[in-house]
Amino acid sequence: MSDIQSFRESVRAFIAEHAPKSLYGARRGRFDGYWGGRKAQPEPDVKRWFEAALERRLIAPTWPQEFGGGGLSRDHVLVWEEELTALALPPPLVGVGLTMIGPTLLDYGTEQQKREHLPRIVRGEVRWAQGYSEPGAGSDLASLSTRAVREGDDFIINGQKIWTTHADKSDFIFALVRTNTQVKKQLGITFILIDMETPGVSTRPIDLISGWSPFCETFFDNVRVSAKNVVGNVDAGWTVAKALLGYERSMIGEAMSSELDGAERTLVARARQALGAAAGPLPDPDLRRNIAELAMDVETFAFAVDRLRQTVQEGHKPGAESSTLKVVGSDLKQRRWELGVRVAGPDGLGWEGPSYDAADLKTTREWLRSRANTIEGGTSEIQLNIIAKQVLGLGGGKP
Amino acid sequence: MKLTFDEQQEELARTARAFVTSSTPIARVRALRDSRDAIGFSREIWQQMADLGWTGLCLPEQYSGLGLGFVELCIVLEEAGRRLVPEPLISTLLLGAQALLLGGTPAQKARFLPRVAAGTAVLGLAFQERGSRYELDRIETVAERTPQGFRLRGEKTNVLDGHVADAWVVSARTEQGLALFLVDSSTPGVEIVRQQRIDSRNAANIRLAGVELTSDALLGRPGQGLELLGRVVDRAAIGLSAEMLGSASQTFEDTLAYLKTRKQFDVTLGSFQALQHRAARLFIELSLARAAVLAAARAVDEAPEQVARMASLAKARASDLFVHVANEAVQMHGGIGVTDECQLGFYLKRARVAELTFGDAAWHRRRWAELAGY
Repeated sequence: MSDIQSFRESVRAFIAEHAPKSLYGARRGRFDGYWGGRKAQPEPDVKRWFEAALERRLIAPTWPQEFGGGGLSRDHVLVWEEELTALALPPPLVGVGLTMIGPTLLDYGTEQQKREHLPRIVRGEVRWAQGYSEPGAGSDLASLSTRAVREGDDFIINGQKIWTTHADKSDFIFALVRTNTQVKKQLGITFILIDMETPGVSTRPIDLISGWSPFCETFFDNVRVSAKNVVGNVDAGWTVAKALLGYERSMIGEAMSSELDGAERTLVARARQALGAAAGPLPDPDLRRNIAELAMDVETFAFAVDRLRQTVQEGHKPGAESSTLKVVGSDLKQRRWELGVRVAGPDGLGWEGPSYDAADLKTTREWLRSRANTIEGGTSEIQLNIIAKQVLGLGGGKP
Repeated sequence: MKLTFDEQQEELARTARAFVTSSTPIARVRALRDSRDAIGFSREIWQQMADLGWTGLCLPEQYSGLGLGFVELCIVLEEAGRRLVPEPLISTLLLGAQALLLGGTPAQKARFLPRVAAGTAVLGLAFQERGSRYELDRIETVAERTPQGFRLRGEKTNVLDGHVADAWVVSARTEQGLALFLVDSSTPGVEIVRQQRIDSRNAANIRLAGVELTSDALLGRPGQGLELLGRVVDRAAIGLSAEMLGSASQTFEDTLAYLKTRKQFDVTLGSFQALQHRAARLFIELSLARAAVLAAARAVDEAPEQVARMASLAKARASDLFVHVANEAVQMHGGIGVTDECQLGFYLKRARVAELTFGDAAWHRRRWAELAGY
């Protein structure tokens, strides 16, 4: 038996022994799972599943063992992911610690930063937030103005971040701050790690048109942070920031692909109900065509995501190709939910209340939420700029 | 499903690209068109392709083939598409040889497949008639039983490379349903009229005026013809999608080069964001189509039960892609783009013909829904 085969058997045995029955089939999206952190209060089964996987070193399976990882090869991790997917089991721990700041620290962090932060991410003790956008720095991220002024061994930080996902539930934030105003804007930015418990840090949630959101504003009022928390060099944070964006975009692509899974089946079933059509071709040829078109695009997108992941596994860094997936995935999510609303028809227009079907209520909220998909994580227009400039070599425009 | 190439496949793509680039420039397609060449392609180049192993790529070794997969054939087709190579790859390798491979008798295979591999036989598939559009069973050609075998009467159209094929596989109605027959082009009662289509690629009308066949001309059993024909055309749709992907890639790359050199208002066209975003959108569409075509080609080798829906996935996408890329290319080139002097016109015309071959995007989306039960 090959090493991979025997690993698969051992993963199956592990799952059979430790995965709580209540979690089988419970996974909906890629980020549906336990996020960890000091404020987390997981259900007993979720906690049990997390602890078993921690014990077995399957929380961050590719990370080096010295930082709490599993030290496994990509091929082994693929087996682990396949087995989870086959049973629709949620990953034992999810979040930006594992997918964004962790890989970035492995590439750019100091030895001390890796030792301090990576094992705490793996143990689910610290939940991370991302402090990039500001009210005055959206697409033009590099124009950010949150100031960090050196004072001895520390920096004093003042300013405001926006769209910080789950800032109110997070323990640490990685933030871009301005440390130099005398140079080109990209050259005066520093990447720094801030404990959310530090005096002067506060958060306020943001409501979206969908009625709720995980987003917050985060305020820094004379916040004192040790210079040891700078990742990379002072004033050289833009490079670190862009590397992390590459991880973010490829993650968004994968996440969207898994969220779109099953859309065809759901839409057809709802259309049958709405049109009173039991079997056979849907009597509304326009809806039928729209569903088929979406389903084919979703399946193609899944292949493209898979292809990029395989390319990365073969040793290529996720480059500007991840912008492609971000553009396509966000377009597809919007189309999926718009079509969902249209398929349900006037009976599905509810905002809340017992007279509406729960799935329809979710559809209207998801439709509204999906309008942000082409904006957050870099607008589609910014992604097209990146493709035009970095992949196609078309010059003269703005980066 | 593996969606990247291994080292051997990369190498095949590299050598195919090199051959096509050096041996078959678009100027050749233009010369064949302008001289109204009687064959419409080059026998010499066809022989060189055979020497490179292309004609026997996915034929079994017992028929002097290389025994590789459908993916390998699609790699070659994609590269051929880059220069609109007019040699009979689709008619012979995708249609005729695949029909024999999937449904031919041992004698039929033994007679033709080694010659296909050697580059000494051209085959065709005569399955469409005026008015059939994309429905394989909407035909009027009939095969009557005779003491010796069958008598075929009818008229086929859009028979790719039909004017020079040594034999065609012909669909006809029998009392048991649709059947396929192997017909030598030298059989008495056959009349061939060459068609001039917009892309100047080769096709012919074939009239069958009481063509007498012996029973051994039949592929499989009568009544199995439709299912067999469906499998052949699905594979052909995937192979054609690969060719279209290559053509669209070349069109895009040529346009990109133009955007980087052509100056207006003292700057290159590529510095305008209005064009940058359109070019980026085309790039995105190309990468999606690449994933779809590769997955479909893999399905032929690894997941036979998925081939029909994957053929629809690939062909719908390749159809939309190539037409869109060609239209955008002409627009971005401006006035020069609509001149015959510019080679873009060849791609634009080919895009339209390929789009409407083996089912257009709308037809394939409808079939996708049917296959999924809605």
